[in-house]
Amino acid sequence: MTAMHEAVLLRRRGAKAGDLKSYIGSGGLAALKKARAIGPEETVRILTDSGLVGRGGAAFPAGRKWESVRTAKDPIRYVVLNTDESEPGTFKDRVMIESDPFMVLEGLLIACYAVSATRAYIYVRGEYRHVAELLAKSLRELQQAGHLEAVGPNGAALEVEIRRGGGAYICGEETALFRSIEGYRGEPMAKPPFPTVAGLFRKPTVVNNVETLANVPDIIAFGAKALRSRGTERSPGTKLFSVSGSVDRPDTYEVPFGTRLSDLLELAGGGKDLQAVLMGGAAGTFVFPKDFDLSLSYEGVAERHTTLGSGAVIAFDRETNLWQVAERLGRFFAHESCGQCVPCRVGTRRQHEMLQALAEGHGRGDERGLLTRLSQVMTDASICGLGQTAATAVRSLLEAESAGLLAN
Amino acid sequence: MAEGFTILIDGKRAEARPGETILDVLRREQVETPTLCNHQHLTPAKTCRACVVELKGSRPLVASCERKAEPDMEVRTDSERVQNARRGVFELLLSQNDVSTAPGLVSQAEQLGAVPDRYRGQKYERGFFDDNKLYVRDFDKCILCYRCVEACGPDVQNTFALTVAGRGFTAGISAGFDETLVDSACVFCGNCVEVCPTGALMDRREHTLRAQGRYDESQQDVVQTTCSYCGVGCQLDLHVDRRRNEIVKVTSPDQHPITLGFLCVKGRYGYSFLEAEDKPEEAVKGA
Ligand SMILES: Cc1cc2nc3c(=O)[nH]c(=O)nc-3n(C[C@H](O)[C@H](O)[C@H](O)COP(=O)(O)O)c2cc1C
Ligand code: SF4
Ligand code: SF4
Ligand code: SF4
Repeated sequence: MTAMHEAVLLRRRGAKAGDLKSYIGSGGLAALKKARAIGPEETVRILTDSGLVGRGGAAFPAGRKWESVRTAKDPIRYVVLNTDESEPGTFKDRVMIESDPFMVLEGLLIACYAVSATRAYIYVRGEYRHVAELLAKSLRELQQAGHLEAVGPNGAALEVEIRRGGGAYICGEETALFRSIEGYRGEPMAKPPFPTVAGLFRKPTVVNNVETLANVPDIIAFGAKALRSRGTERSPGTKLFSVSGSVDRPDTYEVPFGTRLSDLLELAGGGKDLQAVLMGGAAGTFVFPKDFDLSLSYEGVAERHTTLGSGAVIAFDRETNLWQVAERLGRFFAHESCGQCVPCRVGTRRQHEMLQALAEGHGRGDERGLLTRLSQVMTDASICGLGQTAATAVRSLLEAESAGLLAN
Repeated sequence: MAEGFTILIDGKRAEARPGETILDVLRREQVETPTLCNHQHLTPAKTCRACVVELKGSRPLVASCERKAEPDMEVRTDSERVQNARRGVFELLLSQNDVSTAPGLVSQAEQLGAVPDRYRGQKYERGFFDDNKLYVRDFDKCILCYRCVEACGPDVQNTFALTVAGRGFTAGISAGFDETLVDSACVFCGNCVEVCPTGALMDRREHTLRAQGRYDESQQDVVQTTCSYCGVGCQLDLHVDRRRNEIVKVTSPDQHPITLGFLCVKGRYGYSFLEAEDKPEEAVKGA
């Protein structure tokens, strides 16, 4: 079976992208209208029933997040749209917004309405200047046409603030992102308390990924079944993948969950003579041809001990020295560690030094053992996801090497 | 007041009270737990990760200094995972820092069986700063425990002269934009020196005496007095080198109800007049 590129989220990609008239003409904003007709509680219930899980990497059920903020005691609540997209090899959120800024913003408005948010923040990766500008322009158009009216609590107009990051990967981590918006260093905080309890400015906060919120309008407009009509039982819907590397047509592809990895690679014009792909970005794992038949779903990747992560799929041909790739990943983590905790601050540095030695072929021979030992310390003892996953790819490479899977 | 409850530590029941951290309970139960960034009067920074424990239901280990105890929590401190992580933290620090004035760090590392040269690589080299008359900063010794930042900031002094600048391995303590202390917001209370666990921040006199091989705690007596500068009444401990009848530093007991160990510039550093009364000719020459 060959996979189909199934444009649901990306159906407006192309000529009329970002045009409010044609967005409304093709059914846009009907979901917001419906949400306001059925009320917050019912809106969240539909979302929960749809089984939508967050696309930012942690795969947390979106409905559960919304419900705990909706029912929070504190009258001040926030919704944050996480547009920091900084995972290496990941560009699907950018493509999503470029293709259909209004669908993402409608999802945001529905979220705000459903949890009675007093204010929304959009945190945009610093390098995505044009994305921030497109969002600002689209928001202005929505506002001028009166679509932000009565979306806030007690019939107030919704206030939305766009914030641009300063170029730090860590600020995509939700608690570091809050610190950044608050004006502090982007350093992750301890969880619990979770954002839904004490998030931005210590207030109940929904933080969602761009792709997560882009799914919301269709779910609300057409019901929970709309999402469940595609994908698998446990991973309903479609998924955006950023496919790059040794393929003929690197791009963002939308496929139903459950599509085989090999079919996705074929869509992108590759997959014949690949050595491996890196699934999920820098924080993901290397997957080798023997596993290319894996099902791209949360249950499918768990079965093969890998991850969908941020939806990055980076392909490497047989000429590539994967230790050199690992060295780049190691450099990335060492550079992006916020520096707060010892296992990550010092660990990512030591990891990078050893990977450098291996990539350049002047190791002392004990690097592999030390890397394995260090990976356990970083995974177990780091504060946040950055340090906890900074050794995941390396560990998968070590395993692949022992199994004789490397081409050179 | 809310009721007490119990948690499980390595399979054994232990009493806990609402608001207590896991570390509070571990300490009371005399379960030896290494700590570096933790300080009794400061907000848990949870950055060093020396005190991590296994908590049932949590994938990563959790910092016991920060995590509040909850009824029926199941905590393990004796597992290989915990020991490996703790040892790893110390081995990583030993691979980067000058620990010559951090005996607490060294002894805890030894107890855990940490291998000092397990990891090799770039040392932490942020330099030695000697830019004021009261204390020096040797940042090659800094483990970035955040204690000084918290003490200078909201936990004690509310001066906010110190912050962490940079990121990753090159992150470090900075007084604003790497200003000299004199040009920064610093008011020279020395409370950062008081809480620094590694000797990265050190009173000038202690630093000078150490450099001359003349700093010897076994030759020091502690003389209690009350600060005479104002009406607050802070207790001062004068550490006096009995060989030369010379004050080497001034501290305050960390359980003193008024100071909690913290002082201001006058109490901590304004003591040369005492020596002037005893030895006027030396005071004129300068200490
Ligand atoms: C180091 C790090 C970087 C992250 N970067 C992003 C990011 O760029 N975009 C994003 O949506 N989530 C990112 N996340 C995940 C967020 O913390 C959070 O889980 C997510 O935004 C929640 O949205 P979702 O529930 O819709 O997936 C990152 C997490 C970590 C640990
Ligand atoms: S794991 Fe790394 S990025 Fe996360 S808090 Fe620790 S040092 Fe910062
Ligand atoms: S001496 Fe006092 S004011 Fe100066 S940096 Fe240290 S704590 Fe802050
Ligand atoms: S200077 Fe001392 S107190 Fe400050 S972070 Fe470094 S080791 Fe900790």
